[in-house]
Amino acid sequence: LFLKKHKGSNDTSQYHLQALIEAAKYGKKVMVLDFVTPTPQGSSWGLGGTCVNVGCIPKKLMHQAALLGQALQDSRKFGWHFTEEVKHNWMTMTESVQNYIGSLNWGYRVALRDSKVTYENAYGEFVGPHTIKATNKKGIEKLYTAERFLIATGERPRYLGIPGDKEYCISSDDLFSLPYCPGKTLVVGASYVALECAGFLAGLGLDVTVMVRSILLRGFDQDMANRIGEYMKDHGVNFIREFVPIKVEQVEEGTPGILKVTAKSTTGDQIIEGEYNTVLLAIGRDPCTRKIGLDKVGVSINEKTGKIPVNDEEQTNVPYIYAVGDILQDKLELTPVAIQAGRLLVRRLYAGATTKCDYVNVPTTVFTPLEYGACGYSEETAVEKFGEENIEVYHSNFWPLEWTVPSRDNNKCYAKIICNIQDNERVIGFHILGPNAGEVTQGFAAAIKCGLTKEQLDSTVGIHPVCAEVCIQSHLKVTSKSCIHGILG
Amino acid sequence: CRCRTRAAAVGTGRRPPPSVRALAASALPGKNEYDLLVIGGGSGGLACAKEAAQFGRKVAVLDYVEPSPQGTAWGLGGTCVNVGCIPKKLMHQAALLGSSLKDAQHYGWSISQPVHHTCVQNYVKSLNWGHRVQLQEKKVKYFNIKGSFSDPHTVRGLTKAGKETVITADNIVIATGGRPKYPVHVAGALEYGITSDDLFWLKESPGKTLIVGASYVSLECAGFLTGIGLDTTVMMRSIPLRGFDQQMASLVTEHMESYGTKFLKRCFPTKVEKLKSNRLQVTWKNADLGTEETDSFNTVMWAVGRAPDTKTLNLEAAGVKTNSETGKIIVDASEATSVPHIYAIGDITEGRPELTPTAIAAGKLLAQRLFSQSSELMDYDNVPTTVFTPLEYGCVGLSEEAAVQRHGSDNIEVYHAYYKPLEFTVAERDATQCYIKMVCLREREQRILGLHFIGPNAGEVIQGFALGIKCGATYPQMMKTVGIHPTCAEEVTKLHITKRSGLDATVTGC
Repeated sequence: LFLKKHKGSNDTSQYHLQALIEAAKYGKKVMVLDFVTPTPQGSSWGLGGTCVNVGCIPKKLMHQAALLGQALQDSRKFGWHFTEEVKHNWMTMTESVQNYIGSLNWGYRVALRDSKVTYENAYGEFVGPHTIKATNKKGIEKLYTAERFLIATGERPRYLGIPGDKEYCISSDDLFSLPYCPGKTLVVGASYVALECAGFLAGLGLDVTVMVRSILLRGFDQDMANRIGEYMKDHGVNFIREFVPIKVEQVEEGTPGILKVTAKSTTGDQIIEGEYNTVLLAIGRDPCTRKIGLDKVGVSINEKTGKIPVNDEEQTNVPYIYAVGDILQDKLELTPVAIQAGRLLVRRLYAGATTKCDYVNVPTTVFTPLEYGACGYSEETAVEKFGEENIEVYHSNFWPLEWTVPSRDNNKCYAKIICNIQDNERVIGFHILGPNAGEVTQGFAAAIKCGLTKEQLDSTVGIHPVCAEVCIQSHLKVTSKSCIHGILG
Repeated sequence: CRCRTRAAAVGTGRRPPPSVRALAASALPGKNEYDLLVIGGGSGGLACAKEAAQFGRKVAVLDYVEPSPQGTAWGLGGTCVNVGCIPKKLMHQAALLGSSLKDAQHYGWSISQPVHHTCVQNYVKSLNWGHRVQLQEKKVKYFNIKGSFSDPHTVRGLTKAGKETVITADNIVIATGGRPKYPVHVAGALEYGITSDDLFWLKESPGKTLIVGASYVSLECAGFLTGIGLDTTVMMRSIPLRGFDQQMASLVTEHMESYGTKFLKRCFPTKVEKLKSNRLQVTWKNADLGTEETDSFNTVMWAVGRAPDTKTLNLEAAGVKTNSETGKIIVDASEATSVPHIYAIGDITEGRPELTPTAIAAGKLLAQRLFSQSSELMDYDNVPTTVFTPLEYGCVGLSEEAAVQRHGSDNIEVYHAYYKPLEFTVAERDATQCYIKMVCLREREQRILGLHFIGPNAGEVIQGFALGIKCGATYPQMMKTVGIHPTCAEEVTKLHITKRSGLDATVTGC
């Protein structure tokens, strides 16, 4: 089995490692190719893929740093006394984060070695049937053949294609190892990458602006997306809506320097300019599938998006070539999904298992300053699929107990569930906006997988006092045009 | 005080036979002043009263707080709001924030040495007000009186001003809860010790504190006192968290020890004396060593259990039976006592979990059954709970030992994992006791019997899984659920090492 992961290996790798380790356990001879093409700014990283190096992990750690800044403020109201002035040091944080990532990179190499999976830090491309060429950093080429191949090359951030983008802008590939504080930052984009990064940068005390072409968090429940935006605005993030950058120029060199951004309105002729220390592009990600020789072996890709269509067993149109992770067409770009798919695939191939990856009701969380956990349908998708008269939406605002003492953000947290009236009021959508949204959502996702209905929700006893209890025991009220009820105590 | 008896206008105290139970609720219509009288304005009582009022019923609530031996009293809302869950969680948060302050420095924040002062009484006071306003809005009559039965449909009491009030009702719900116990055989216990009733209302810091007891009240309080920087000791006679999974209980206390709480294990106090310095000298016996030891503390807090508040109710006059050992009121599955129109909910009832959400749920369902044609009974199975110790412990379902006892160790499978929360890594925090355990039936379906989680935000993690268990979740369904990354909760969906295998259960990878 041959695993290709390169150009910023995708999320699957770290558990792919477990998938590979499993394959190796079944006595299979396994090889992994991983290679990271440096970013235009020169950033690169080790084994482990996007999640570990330039995604989930550093993101969550920096999000935590920002949350701790808030905790510092709260703690004064809980009786803690310390200096009035509190400052954040970017380098201290980044070094700690990078050290941790380094330990993970090392851990993966050891795990692969211990399971006798051959690892090569080389760029792989197909050159013919069952044959791959691996080119390492020094340009040395080797050919390998394998019975089966698994493509898991993931994606890299997209650039705008405007003057100055590659020269002066950074992406999430650069941010988490940036060797200087980014300073006043313009984040271009409205993806969760954009909002999460803008969120923690603001939380660390930086002046942050987000430039949005149209809507926030496309594909997510739009009511929830707008609440996230409102919260960020209330907490000091500036938003420039309905504008796109058309050029980026350098005003002053430095780390950081000063950049001038010119932007054009999407609704008219208006042109605006702004100066920033850093411009972070977060407008989307493109799959690493166009330069790996797929045409040489006949694997079809979606020419427009670059994504690879697979059947429900992660098999491409070429029977001995499989694919998992972010490069898949019509699948979720999430680490745990890739892991699950990869692991189950290996079990089907080598251990006689038949279980396929279940892509339905996959939960996720957006780690914006106010976190958003979701599982199942957004309200608009539910309406579209089932019809407004066939769904019931229950919702409520809530105030986490821990926020009462510092008197902050009353009535900003919010939970809603969407039920299918025709199917015994089955819960088909779960949305929560509040602290620890991921921790809350995980269990609800498990319950949804078990076919949770509103009745079961109402008859489950809550744990008190926690945020999650707002979702059960009839605390949620039916949507009414008139008002939204808050929860007391 | 015991009231003068007055000839009752209604009722003779004779219990109707079971066959006419169904009619009891509407016996003597129109003769009683209220449709529903709730004695006790706590979590259960208020929930029941408000729900009944929603059906257009005439409802009254009696609430009265007998001051603690130290003189502490509080307003409407019951234990949870005033001297339980709410102030507890806020104090726990204050302590957690102390850890956050330490973590923050690893994440790049620079602050001076933080020191802790003060308390959280103001928020608690505002909650009391909210409850009074809610009752008024819902047109529930509130009496701040201490009621006692004079007959099955009549309750009387004195207001603080000494005015006597008599209330009659068709249906009565007793929800008077419990109060902390004082140890009987320890000299000075009553005069010099405090309890959780007093702790949250102290005007000054408790200073060097001894907490006697091994209940979650003891451990939670010891935990947050340690967290805000106080010298804290827990004295336990035997095992911690009796009734909880003992492996998890050990992990909880292990963590507390590494966190800085001192433990005196297998010790029990014999006397408390006051020193000239105003400090308290405690003498205790060490059962293991057979020795007697002493030490002095600023505060001694008793957390040796809670007793139901039934003595002053004069239950005999109503004919309501209690458990002779515990003093709690005996109820059936519909919350009815031995007297058909008298019900009991919450901590006062025998055999029920002593939790706010169960009291609330039971109260609401009771009101619905009484006044709105519902027949739904309270389901007390698989009630989730969380112990808010410095490292939190959330659980739902059976402990491992209960599962073994019920099904036999050959018929259960225990999946487990030691994990490390991502946020602990940069903060260089010890995750030794971060642990998850899922107890399942071993047969084909592998239904989940119990789930146990130790780690940050344990309550948030467990809530959704408790729902899953209510839906009959199985191990395969849990494995089919995709994890949310990176969280602690996702580790539940990735459990795959069994205790039976003997393999190392430490999660590797990120």
